[in-house]
Amino acid sequence: MSAEIKTGEVLISVKDLAKHYKNKAGEIHALDGITTDIKKGEVLVIIGPSGSGKSTFLRSLNLLERPTGGTITFEGQDVMSPKNDINKLRQKMGMVFQHFNLFPHLTIMDNMTLAPKKLLKMSQEEAEKKALQLLERVGLQDRADTYPSQLSGGQKQRIAIVRALCMSPDVLLFDEPTSALDPEMVGEVLDVMKDLAKTGMTMAVVTHEMGFAKEVASRVIFMDAGKIVEEGTPEEIFDNPQNERLKTFLAKVL
Amino acid sequence: MFYCKVDYRVLLSFSDWLNKWKDRLYLNFVASGRYKYLVRGLWMTLRITFFAVLLGIALGVVAAIIRSTHDKIIEEIRPGFGKFLLRFFNLIVKLYLTIIRGTPVVVQLMIMYYVIFASSTNAMMVAILAFGINSGAYVAEIIRSGIMSIDAGQFEAGRSLGFNYIQTMIYIIIPQAIKNILPALANEFIVLIKETSISGYVGIMELTRGGDVIRSRTFDAFPPLLAVAIIYLIIVVFFTKLVSMLERRMRNSER
Ligand SMILES: Nc1ncnc2c1ncn2[C@@H]1O[C@H](COP(=O)(O)OP(=O)(O)O)[C@@H](O)[C@H]1O
Ligand SMILES: [Mg+2]
Repeated sequence: MSAEIKTGEVLISVKDLAKHYKNKAGEIHALDGITTDIKKGEVLVIIGPSGSGKSTFLRSLNLLERPTGGTITFEGQDVMSPKNDINKLRQKMGMVFQHFNLFPHLTIMDNMTLAPKKLLKMSQEEAEKKALQLLERVGLQDRADTYPSQLSGGQKQRIAIVRALCMSPDVLLFDEPTSALDPEMVGEVLDVMKDLAKTGMTMAVVTHEMGFAKEVASRVIFMDAGKIVEEGTPEEIFDNPQNERLKTFLAKVL
Repeated sequence: MFYCKVDYRVLLSFSDWLNKWKDRLYLNFVASGRYKYLVRGLWMTLRITFFAVLLGIALGVVAAIIRSTHDKIIEEIRPGFGKFLLRFFNLIVKLYLTIIRGTPVVVQLMIMYYVIFASSTNAMMVAILAFGINSGAYVAEIIRSGIMSIDAGQFEAGRSLGFNYIQTMIYIIIPQAIKNILPALANEFIVLIKETSISGYVGIMELTRGGDVIRSRTFDAFPPLLAVAIIYLIIVVFFTKLVSMLERRMRNSER
């Protein structure tokens, strides 16, 4: 299925995506009609003020958050349709969280091989071989037998990224991957993400690292109040913003 | 001289007192083999507690699985018979938890004995059922709060890799939650040992009742009740020590 989609073709198609929360005061429109396509090989960076719906959008793509309206099509399949097995689709959509969410009761190696062994039915040797290759790629091969609590934040996040890669996903979703890190560790994680982008990995990244967005993004989306307010190339967004809210936002973060 | 006199008097009264107690202890525990009431009572207490805990854990696990499965995934199941079933069982479990935790265990025991199993002659079985069903409600909460104590991010990480709900529970959540659950379960055992002391209400000869029988024969309340209290205390202190050892080991294995 994924083999049919070539670089530059649509991998994820989002139409009129909505997520409404009901509370006493009324309804919160966390997502208020999002429409966009994510193409294969693209690095989509999503920026916007806190509470604008960035996380909700990203987490809707793999249904960690259940949208209340609209459609998501991933590799030609309707993600929300009960006919499609969401667990199978999620195997192809890796996710990296702000707080790493490594499994503290498992070694780094077991963190990485658990899903390939159980879900892809990989043999122990095969899974470990792949995990070791990925660990080497992020320079942590000597940490295979340690536990997550023995790692620094930056190391944890690099492991979280390669743990997702062990499933050979077709897209990686990042929700503020460097926001929980001490400043001196942000670089090492961004470097891994840049490398990944160079290999042609499709990525959707929510981040406040505007430098990363300028350097790596193929497209930037600015969200506010559950809507895409402006979207374009990094040059268009950062050097020539049109919308007032985007200008205000950029003035604050740059 | 003066000093010696006092000493003598004290010694005399002390040996008097000692002799009196020797007689009391003999009367209450040795004469007619009365200590057997305590031994048999303790054996009954331990059996009821042990089987009630097993039943409680079985019921509690089932109840906790239904409750937390319902809360976590009811939204993602498509309408149909399965969803209806989960809703239905969840309601039953909620009812069970509310009733059991909202009424005194002694009332539950008496209802079981005099109403539901009025025709049964096996009082021990009825007590095991009553305490097991009671304990299950508390075990369910122990397990549920053990599961809830695991960061939601762990669950999300599991699901985002493609594990389904049950796989996420088995591979990721339960192995972490067990560290909180096991010591609390051992505590439940300690609570239950003491709680079974009300079994006398339905005529079961457990430890407390055994002491009470001795009292009714000897008309001397203090020695048998003291003995009963000491036996409970020894058991509870022993198991409390065991639990804290368990807790320490669990904490140490947490890296
Ligand atoms: N479980 C929830 N219940 C109610 N409102 C929520 C919930 N989760 C998120 N929201 C609201 O949805 C909006 C978008 O949140 P979020 O996607 O986390 O924003 P961002 O990631 O851009 O900071 C916010 O207004 C937030 O308060
Ligand atoms: Mg967010």
